[in-house]
Amino acid sequence: MTRARLSPARLSAVDVLRVGAAGLRTRPTRVILSALGIAIGIATMIAVIGISSSSREQLLRQLDRLGTNLLTVAPGRTLFGDKAKLPTFALSVVKRIGPVNTASATGTVDATVRRTDHIPEAVTGGISVQAASTELLTTLEGSVSKGIWLNASTEHAPAVVLGSEAAKRLGLGRTGVRVWMGNQWFTVIGILGPMPLAPEIERSVLLGFPAAATYLAFDGHPTTIYERSGEEAVEAVRAALPRTVNPETPEQVEVSRPSDALAARAAAADAFTNLLLGLGAVALLVGGVGVANTMVISVLERRKEIGLRRSLGATRGQVRIQFLSESLLLSALGGVAGSVLGALATAGYALTRDWPPVVPPWAIGGAIGATLVIGTVAGLYPAMRAARLSPTIALATT
Amino acid sequence: MSIVELQGVTKVYGGRVEALRGLDLTVEYGELLAIVGPSGSGKSTMLQLIGTLDRPTSGTVRIAGYDVAELSDRELSALRARHLGFVFQQFHLATGVSALDNVADGLLYTGTALRERRERAEAALQRVGLGHRLGHKPNQMSGGEQQRVAVARAVVGDPPLLLADEPTGNLDSHSGAEVLRVLNDLHAAGTTVAVITHDTEIAEWCPRQVRVRDGQIIAGDGRRPPAEIAKGARP
Repeated sequence: MTRARLSPARLSAVDVLRVGAAGLRTRPTRVILSALGIAIGIATMIAVIGISSSSREQLLRQLDRLGTNLLTVAPGRTLFGDKAKLPTFALSVVKRIGPVNTASATGTVDATVRRTDHIPEAVTGGISVQAASTELLTTLEGSVSKGIWLNASTEHAPAVVLGSEAAKRLGLGRTGVRVWMGNQWFTVIGILGPMPLAPEIERSVLLGFPAAATYLAFDGHPTTIYERSGEEAVEAVRAALPRTVNPETPEQVEVSRPSDALAARAAAADAFTNLLLGLGAVALLVGGVGVANTMVISVLERRKEIGLRRSLGATRGQVRIQFLSESLLLSALGGVAGSVLGALATAGYALTRDWPPVVPPWAIGGAIGATLVIGTVAGLYPAMRAARLSPTIALATT
Repeated sequence: MSIVELQGVTKVYGGRVEALRGLDLTVEYGELLAIVGPSGSGKSTMLQLIGTLDRPTSGTVRIAGYDVAELSDRELSALRARHLGFVFQQFHLATGVSALDNVADGLLYTGTALRERRERAEAALQRVGLGHRLGHKPNQMSGGEQQRVAVARAVVGDPPLLLADEPTGNLDSHSGAEVLRVLNDLHAAGTTVAVITHDTEIAEWCPRQVRVRDGQIIAGDGRRPPAEIAKGARP
């Protein structure tokens, strides 16, 4: 006698999710605790990526604002290893290079700055004394936070402008006071704002080239030349600078781009980010083990339910997919919660630092992908166990 | 064709324990029968074999014409989904889920859409006299009501064969009578109902009694009238 072939009906995707969710609904506490493990891992990773992205974004915006067209020229070393000197005419020839828009110079003066003559000369506080040309503020696009900058008349006078850091170290917050340099009092006429592209200026006391020559026996050789050109001409200018500044020994001239240093700082931060990311991954792994544990216990507790479902006609595959979908839902729950927590942590941290909060979409995508993988891996073994259970277990009388 | 045909069926557990020692049984469509015997008699094993939850060690089990030995696990699952309904002593209802959805889950593995599952679940609950309790959860119902929900779940897919394993075992006599009345109604409507029990009172309530002892049918195997067996078997 032949009969119609039997084939089990397929469970629709919606039914698979319903059945998976039903298992979670009845044990809310356990679900929350084991999803929390995943959430902590995901939140850590999202926050680490988010915070480093926000910091990089902040740096990029800063670079945008500061411009990457600033080059500095400094003396290198002579053939014998001595400190070379830039020629005194260096600034004027740099200004004559076609694409150069603005150029200025500073020269290190062999003097120390002190609040009073009672402080020993050796206590410099790391502050250097520099002669500065009057265009310096324009070239660096800096600003004066108090008082005024050097001008054509004050550059001849015993007057100084303090870099922001120098002012802090000297404990000076206002203009009009005097500082002791060489063997003479100089009047503070201004204090500069921050100079992110020229931190050495922040740590300097600046006075005019003529004044430095008059009062502090400055030799007139610049030690740094700052110049800005059109953005597109930076490389050409960079190539031309050594030969222009020192035609006889161009190899004794060092040209650098301060914005590169800021970009390098962003790259250096990446190494640390990777370490934290690794920590997040470990947390995620532990979370995954938690989910697997929960699922194994769940299968043990629900042997009767599994038996009932088998008696209702569930195939082994359908039992397997039920527990797999439960595990996936559990870790997806953790993944979503973790993503939200991580994004909130990023936003919170970025806002306290005044950074633009950035959570890259690939990080969220990666987090969801990671939770799906973890959910599958964690659910696979318990699901197989559930599917292997004998259908007779629902009938057992205890 | 009969709905249940057992021929020379044995079941040995772990190579030593003989639960069934070669039994034959035929059940026709539309019967109401009791499989009755003390605990350890092998009646539970019989239920597992008839319910296709397990396979015999030897012999043939034919359910609705299908030889169980020839079916894969998937095909057996499909057979259970369409041809068999189970009622358990402990109800096995999902806690925290309404009666309606508990019953609707009886159709989950038949490929029926959710809306239709619920409609048919409502009809099944009305059939067992619980049309007014659709939204109630198991913990809000009496034992008798819970077992009637379980019966509704078993018959929501209109299976030709309903297997009830000690359906009144956890119930007081009043609730038990309610459940038996429902089973009788189903039988009257054409469903084959097999009640597995150790309770002779319930067994006597059924038109046919299959008596099992020590892994053998001692009365009512469907080939000879019970009276004749009784004469021959008892010394």
